[in-house]
Amino acid sequence: MVLRAKDRWPYLFTAGLILIIILIPFHWFLGVKISLFTLVGISTMITLGLCLLMGYTGQVSLGQAAFYGIGAYVSAILSATYDVNPWLAMAIAATITGAFAYFIGYPIFRLRGNYLAMATLGLGIIIWILFKELDQYTGGPDGIGGIPNLSIGGFSFDTSMKRYYLVWFFCLAILLASQNIVGSRVGRALRAIHGGEAAAQATGINTAQFKVKIFVLSAVYASLAGSLYAHVVRQVSPGSFDFLESVVIVTMAVIGGLASIWGAIFGASTILILKNELLVGLGEIETILYGLILVLVMIFMPKGLFVSLKELYEAWRLRYARRGDKP
Amino acid sequence: MSQELFVQSLISGLTQGSVYALIGLGFTIIYSVTAIINFAQGEFVMLGGMLFYVLAISLGMPLVPAVLISIAAAALVGAMLYLLAIRPARGGSVVSLIIITIGAAILIRGIAGWRWGAYPVAPPFFSGDDSISFLGASIHPQALWIVGSTVVVAVLLHLFLSHTMLGKALKACATNRLGAGLVGINPRSMALISFCLAGALGALGGVVLSPLSTMTYDRGAMLGLKGFVAASVGGFRSIMATVAGGIMLGVVENLTVAVNWGPFTSQYKEAIALTILLLILLIRSGKLSEQERAA
Repeated sequence: MVLRAKDRWPYLFTAGLILIIILIPFHWFLGVKISLFTLVGISTMITLGLCLLMGYTGQVSLGQAAFYGIGAYVSAILSATYDVNPWLAMAIAATITGAFAYFIGYPIFRLRGNYLAMATLGLGIIIWILFKELDQYTGGPDGIGGIPNLSIGGFSFDTSMKRYYLVWFFCLAILLASQNIVGSRVGRALRAIHGGEAAAQATGINTAQFKVKIFVLSAVYASLAGSLYAHVVRQVSPGSFDFLESVVIVTMAVIGGLASIWGAIFGASTILILKNELLVGLGEIETILYGLILVLVMIFMPKGLFVSLKELYEAWRLRYARRGDKP
Repeated sequence: MSQELFVQSLISGLTQGSVYALIGLGFTIIYSVTAIINFAQGEFVMLGGMLFYVLAISLGMPLVPAVLISIAAAALVGAMLYLLAIRPARGGSVVSLIIITIGAAILIRGIAGWRWGAYPVAPPFFSGDDSISFLGASIHPQALWIVGSTVVVAVLLHLFLSHTMLGKALKACATNRLGAGLVGINPRSMALISFCLAGALGALGGVVLSPLSTMTYDRGAMLGLKGFVAASVGGFRSIMATVAGGIMLGVVENLTVAVNWGPFTSQYKEAIALTILLLILLIRSGKLSEQERAA
C-alpha cells in the first residue's frame, strides 16, 4: 500500500513519538528525570479519559481524581494489606471502578452541563472524604505504604527504568486503543452527540448509553493509572486525589485539547514539568498558574492549546502550499 | 438525642444554614441573569473572611469600615471576574464557562494562599463572646449577627428586585434576556451588576461566619458547594426558596451529625451535605436539564 504524503504524516508522527518515549530514560538523550516522565505516562492515561469525555460528549467531569484514587487505593489495599497478586488487584480495581462509574453514570448523566459538573465535583469530594475517614482500611491521612512492586514471573519491575517502560507500555496501549475507538463507529456516534444531541438521537444513536460508556471508559483509564501509580510510587495518601487534583487533570486536558488523543501527552507533560521542575518550592504559585492557564486557554482557545496550535500550523501550511502552487 | 442537643443542633444548623443561604443567593442572582453557574462563588466567601481579618486585625481598622471594605472589595473581584474572564469568552460553550469559573476559583484561592498562608484566621466577633442560654442550649451573639444579617439582606434584596428600576431591570433580564434588550436594558451591564452583587453577598457570608468558625484560604470550594445546594433547592430562581434551602441544609447537616451513629458522625458532615447535593440534583434532574436547554 502506498500512502500519500498527507496520510503518511500520522504514522510518522506516532512512530517518532514512540521513539522519543523509548529513548527518554537514557540520560544522554534529553537528560530528564525518569521518575518525572513515569508520572507523565500515568497522568496521560487519566487525561486521555477526560479528553474523550469532554471532547466527544461535550460534558465535563470535575471528579476524575476519585476514579484515579479508587484504582490506587483498591490496588494498595489488596496488594499491601491482603497480599493479593498485584495484577489481579489491578484488574479488580479497574472492574470495581468501572462498575461504580456505570451505576452512577446512568442517573448522573441525566444531568447536563453545569449540573453534571457540580454532581461530579460533589462525588469526587465524597470519595476523597471516604479515603480520609475510612482509616481502618485506607490508613486515614497517612495513607498506605509498603505496596509491592509489580512483577511477571521472576521479573520484578523494581528499578525506575523498568517502571517507566511498564507505565508507558500501558499508556501507549491505551492511546492506540482510544485512537481506534475515536475512528470507529462509536467515535462517530460520540462526535454526533457533541455536535447536537437531539440530532444524534434522531439518527438512532442511543445518546445516554454512549455517554455512560465513555464515562465508564474514562473511569477505567483513571483506575488503571491509579493502580500503576500505587505500584510505582509504592504509597498512596488522600492528598493525591483531592479536588485540586481533579482540577489539575482538567487543566491537563484543557492544554492537551479536548478532542485530541495525542494532546493528552502534551498536556500531562507540560503540567508535570511545570510542577516538578520550574515551580518547585513556590507553593501556591502553582495553583495560581493552573487558574490562569484554565481561564486564558478557555477564553482564547476553547478547543484547547494543543489543538489550536495544530490548527494554526495547518492554516499556515495551507497558505504556504497555496503560494507554492502559483505559477 | 437529648432536648438540649436537639435545640443546639437546630441553632447551629440555622446559623450555618444562613451562610449557605447568602452564598446560594449569589448563585441564584448570577444564574438567573446570565445562565452561568459561577463555580468561584465560594471563593468570595473566603475572600470576605480573609480580607475582614486582614483589615480588622492586621491593619487594626474599626469594625464597620473593615466589614464594608471587605464586602466592597469582594464585589470588585466579582466585577473583575465578569469583565476579565466571562465577558471575553462570551458565546463560549457551557463547558468552557464552567472551566473558566473553576480556573478563576483556583486562581483566587491560589493568590489567597500565597498572600496569606495556610493558617486559619479568626477575625473579631461583632459584639463580644458572651453566649446567651436558650432552652438549655447556648447561642453565641455572632450567630445572631449571622442569622440577622441574612434575614435583612434577603428582605432588602427582595425589595430591591421588586421595587427599584435597577432591580426590575435585573428581573427582566432573568425572565427574558432578548426581550429585556429590546426594551433598552443592557444585558451586559445587568450581568456585571449580578456578579458584583454575588461577590458582595458571598463576602458578607464570609465576614459574618469567620469570627465564629475561622477561615482558611482553601475553604471556598466546600462553602460554594453548600451554597449551590441551597440555590438548587430554589431552582436558581427564587430568593425565598434559596434562603429556605440554605437553612434546611444547615439544619439537616447538624441534626444528622448529632445522631452520632454509623455514618452520621461529624467526620462525615461534609459527605452528608454532598450526598444531599447529589440527591437534589438527581431528583430535580428533569426540571434542571429543561432549564439548561432553555438557557
